Amino acid sequence: MRTLDHFHGGIHPAEHKLESSELPSRIAPLPSLLILPLHQHIGAGAKVQVQAGDHVLKGQLLASAQGMVSAAIHAPTSGTVTAVQPHTVPHPSQLPGLCVHIEPDGKDQWIDHAPLEYRAIPKSELLAKLREAGIVGLGGATFPTHVKYSLATDQRIQTLVINGAECEPWITTDDRLMRERAAEIVRGIEVLRHLAEPAETLIGIEDNKPQAIAAMRAACAGSDIEIVTIPTLYPSGGEKQLIKILTGKEVPSGGRPTGIGVACSNVATAYAIHRFVDHGEPLISRQMTVTGNVRTPQNIEVLIGTPLEELVRLAEPLPGATGYILGGPMMGVHIDDLRLPVVKGSNCIIVKSAKLFPPAEPAMPCIRCARCAAACPADLQPQELHWFSKARDFGKTQEYSLFDCIECGACAYVCPSHIPLVQYFRFAKSEIWQRERETQAAEIARERHEFRMERIEREKREKAERLALKEKAATAAKPAAPIAAPVMINPDADPDDTLQMRIDAAMTRAKEQAATAQPRNTENLTPQQQAKVAEIEARRAKFSELASNAGADDESSKKS
Amino acid sequence: MISALWVMVGISLLLGAVLGYSAIKFKVEGNPLVEKIDAVLPQTQCGQCGFPGCKPYAEAIAKGEADINKCPPGGEDGIRKLAELLGVDYKPFGEGAGPKAKAVAFIDEQTCIGCTLCLQACPVDAIAGAAKQMHTIIASECTGCELCVAPCPVDCISMVGLPESIQTWKWPYPVYALAQPQTPTREMPKS
Ligand code: SF4
Ligand code: SF4
Ligand code: SF4
Ligand code: SF4
Repeated sequence: MRTLDHFHGGIHPAEHKLESSELPSRIAPLPSLLILPLHQHIGAGAKVQVQAGDHVLKGQLLASAQGMVSAAIHAPTSGTVTAVQPHTVPHPSQLPGLCVHIEPDGKDQWIDHAPLEYRAIPKSELLAKLREAGIVGLGGATFPTHVKYSLATDQRIQTLVINGAECEPWITTDDRLMRERAAEIVRGIEVLRHLAEPAETLIGIEDNKPQAIAAMRAACAGSDIEIVTIPTLYPSGGEKQLIKILTGKEVPSGGRPTGIGVACSNVATAYAIHRFVDHGEPLISRQMTVTGNVRTPQNIEVLIGTPLEELVRLAEPLPGATGYILGGPMMGVHIDDLRLPVVKGSNCIIVKSAKLFPPAEPAMPCIRCARCAAACPADLQPQELHWFSKARDFGKTQEYSLFDCIECGACAYVCPSHIPLVQYFRFAKSEIWQRERETQAAEIARERHEFRMERIEREKREKAERLALKEKAATAAKPAAPIAAPVMINPDADPDDTLQMRIDAAMTRAKEQAATAQPRNTENLTPQQQAKVAEIEARRAKFSELASNAGADDESSKKS
Repeated sequence: MISALWVMVGISLLLGAVLGYSAIKFKVEGNPLVEKIDAVLPQTQCGQCGFPGCKPYAEAIAKGEADINKCPPGGEDGIRKLAELLGVDYKPFGEGAGPKAKAVAFIDEQTCIGCTLCLQACPVDAIAGAAKQMHTIIASECTGCELCVAPCPVDCISMVGLPESIQTWKWPYPVYALAQPQTPTREMPKS
């Protein structure tokens, strides 16, 4: 029996897991519409490769990964791309992001795909393939898997931790997945073991999921993967917390687990990897819990891009919905609009009702009881962080390790004054990021400005040197016939040619040129090139519209 | 006694030599305060502070010739940072001045005659183009200083506000209900 470590603090919120964990999971029917945001993972958004009107097959690439930290997006079913345009995405801002909209044709026709003999290819190639398959961490952080397992040559992974803790209340996707697809998960874990070559592999599961533990034990029988039962305590499913429990090692502040020889992935990620290597399927669907104020809370396998509305309908919502939570009640995002699509990072949708989720109690001033500090799994001082965030003293919040806060909400849960502590921490973090961006922009501007000043200086100097040289040459060549003056003077220039006239002439010239200019070399364009041309034309049109609007504004302001 | 004196003199000479040497060796170029002030200014180089760029403004502040509330692009946060750096009180923007929403310049590519006047005005080389060619703003480099707007002879440059995006969105300052303080009634038993 492995001796377990424990992390600081932790809480026991009401679990609410039985509601959805006992029904077998089902597969959602094809939705009427799919909306696929290009930015579903941490890192750079994917680069769109299709355009409106294209017919796509199931599993076809819609957008390719851009840069190292990025992942591709694929068509979840066959159909027609109806638009590539902004749509509200599941993000706390509820702002629109660019999405590919697909109307399914109902045939669900696969593109050619085949299993991958991953042991026969170099690891770098396997990682590149995972990137092209759009595999990201499905535990919630959506960190691209290929980045996590791209290890430096001197990096050794001692422990591979597979996260099956699922500590957040209400959510049961990993539980159901482990019960129903244990063997498949293990196939995926084998791929991760091949990549990381760990000395030991541990699967951490909270003791409130006995069936999942039994199923995983059975699937791992005969292999050296060890299932470790851990006590139920929120947030034991946090990456750093789970690593602490299982290995006793602490991930340093600002560091990555790989830095201390540990790699950590979620069971759902392992399952997605299995789908890819054993069936050749990119990441196009995932399991989600639909629970809360619905008649049949359950787990549903759903295509990425399905509108949440259609997903929730499958669980028969009850009257009296007061809103929705995307994710769990502790760390999820509260939304009001169900037209948002399912993305790779969505693991749960909870329908709120006044009874299940009563409105937050009014807050009172902090009484410095330090209960928050006792509950904080990151061993922070939330009361101090709260104080400094409230006073906008962001330098101090950083001194108190604000960025070690995992926004788990344990502090706010225990706070007797009902202070929305996490909201303060999120506010402070985004203010600090904003400042970071501004400082960077200022730094770039400063460099560019200094470069420009230097350039102007240099040009002046060079000009002076050239002039001096020319003068010298001129004096030397004086006896010879004086040739054309160095400056060309327009022979038919009117002496009273004003600046304005020259400008007008230039404008008409530019207009004529624009009018007579015929597009050249426009035959045999590839669709991509055509799309580019169309894009540029649209941009031009927008500019001229903007300019005419601005002009109109100017005129109206002049009149007034 | 005498030897002790000599030892002290020796030590002081040695330390003096070390100090003198390091003063030459580690000499700080320029005025460190100006550099520090310049570092918190937004580097837009727009001249809205009344000085021909951020560095001159920084120099003026360092000399005590200018107030800290003169830089609109820096916003109130900028004033706060300056106040903190200089150990003076925060001072709100004066009459007529105020923070500005971030914007970038746009050149109407149809109207541009390629005169290069805007190119010469831009302090950060954010405009690409050559004589008699259409000019374009490199939006990611544009600081929104508006210096290119006035020189354009055909008025084809306009400032366009930057919409909030998911990348720049910020969590709002928490707003929530506070419990009403309970006024003790007379009937309450005193404990
Ligand atoms: S738990 Fe709440 S009241 Fe107690 S110290 Fe923390 S923030 Fe203050
Ligand atoms: S939200 Fe942050 S500060 Fe609060 S308990 Fe969790 S880690 Fe600690
Ligand atoms: S107003 Fe601000 S940004 Fe503009 S030049 Fe002055 S200090 Fe720089
Ligand atoms: S393009 Fe215009 S507004 Fe932008 S930085 Fe250059 S001069 Fe300023």
